Amino acid sequence: MSTAQVPYLNCIRNTLTASMCLQNFGSQIVERHNKPEVEVKTSKELVLNPVIIARNKNERVLIETSINSIRISVSIKKSDEVDVILAKKFVRFLQQRAENFIILRRKAVEGYDISFLVTNFHTENMFKHKLVDFIIQFMEDIDREISDLKLTLNARGRIVASEYLKNFA
Amino acid sequence: MSAFEIEHLASCITAHAWNADRSRVALCPNNNEVHIFAKQGTSWVVEHVLAEHDQLVTSIDWAPKTNRILTSSQDRNAYVWTFKDGQWKPVLVLLRINRAATHVKWSPQENKFAVATGAKLVCICFFEEEHDWWASNHIKKHKSTVLKVDWHPNNLLLATSSSDYKVRVFDAYIKKADGRSVTRPYGEVAFGEPVFEFDQCSSWVHALKWSPSGSTLAYSSHDGVFAVANFSTNPPTIEKLRVRNLPLRDLLYITENSIAGVGYDCAPLLITNQSGWKYSGEMDKAAEGGAAAGSETSARKLFQNKVDLGESKSTDKKLPTVHQNCITSIVPFKSVGGVVSDFSTSGLDGNIVVWHVKALEAKNKFKVI
Repeated sequence: MSTAQVPYLNCIRNTLTASMCLQNFGSQIVERHNKPEVEVKTSKELVLNPVIIARNKNERVLIETSINSIRISVSIKKSDEVDVILAKKFVRFLQQRAENFIILRRKAVEGYDISFLVTNFHTENMFKHKLVDFIIQFMEDIDREISDLKLTLNARGRIVASEYLKNFA
Repeated sequence: MSAFEIEHLASCITAHAWNADRSRVALCPNNNEVHIFAKQGTSWVVEHVLAEHDQLVTSIDWAPKTNRILTSSQDRNAYVWTFKDGQWKPVLVLLRINRAATHVKWSPQENKFAVATGAKLVCICFFEEEHDWWASNHIKKHKSTVLKVDWHPNNLLLATSSSDYKVRVFDAYIKKADGRSVTRPYGEVAFGEPVFEFDQCSSWVHALKWSPSGSTLAYSSHDGVFAVANFSTNPPTIEKLRVRNLPLRDLLYITENSIAGVGYDCAPLLITNQSGWKYSGEMDKAAEGGAAAGSETSARKLFQNKVDLGESKSTDKKLPTVHQNCITSIVPFKSVGGVVSDFSTSGLDGNIVVWHVKALEAKNKFKVI
């Protein structure tokens, strides 16, 4: 983790700790149902104001909270077009395996690259502080992963190009 | 004597209630059952399993005088359980609702009870001799799910807290249950009309409690507001303060001037009244010293982690508090004349902790007034 990122991630950590206060809440609209209110949005008094934490235009996090669920959407750093393609492919790879990540949402919220949905059932079965750690760790890792991919891609491109140009030497 | 006793009875506890002599505890292990534990020797064993609900049990209340258990569930039902021939027998209550029942509470005289529901109403239930069932009257006037209810010690007033950000006080007088000889504190108020409505909170009101004498009503909401309404004047005067901790889920009057609150911070905290209500400190802070003492081992763990897993961070992070997850309920364990000397808390970590107020006071240097 670079030092420049620390305040950004700390801010997200504190916001997540404060907003991940969930309780079991049976639907007041549909009989015998129990749905994440942040997804269905049928009662406006049960959904809180969303929070956006942004480091710059590209790097930002949207946190939407309701009485029994919280949705966290992340937009990953994209400095050039290679980053855009890499991020898209990488996120697709993860989303196809969403059930292994438990809290990962299969489809990202519009305008963001990747979304998590944490419900009260997750906070009952898992420790809240570890859930927050997981999300922060995930955000650290995904940045590193993409810059690694980019380095490998560049190195590979250089090798391919030099092999190709050898023929003309 | 240690300041608390901890008992791990389930993986997650949504509600718990003690019987009159505190030898048994009924709890819901986050499913459709209620387990009754009894102490045998040093360990707690399951004595009865009450499995009549078919969705999550949301609340349990054990009437001390009549020894009846009241349970409510998200399956829209409530049951009154009576103990007969070594068995708990359920009686269905005619709630006439079509949404989840969220909270139940026996009235102090145990002749009626209140059920909070997701159908935006409260049921006041009473026993009808002629039909041999529990019938109910509805108090509407709520704009969202009712989260908690609490009875005034006079057996007539009922306070409700709702996710429409409001606290309301109703006169829950029922002629069939209370008879004609009672004097009602606010005169002939029509049934179902709020006597008072408080709107100090700007989020869901999670908890409310009447004081032992019934002169004050404390409530707390998701936006960190804690307020006490004083009923010695009419209309009541309200004192409001902001708590810097995470929201409180439940409250308990330890004395007339001290309130213990529990919630998402995993540690009970104390709010006292010394010419004005003030936040007085966390009741479970001794564990901080324990964490400092453990710093040597955590440094070792850090290196061990680097060797074993290639990770520089210690992965096994335990909270310094006794409870490891949100505390959802707090009930008195031992109390004499409105002064609670021991109380118990349960939470999503599946622990039931019995706290001793005197020992906590000595250890953590706070004062219950």
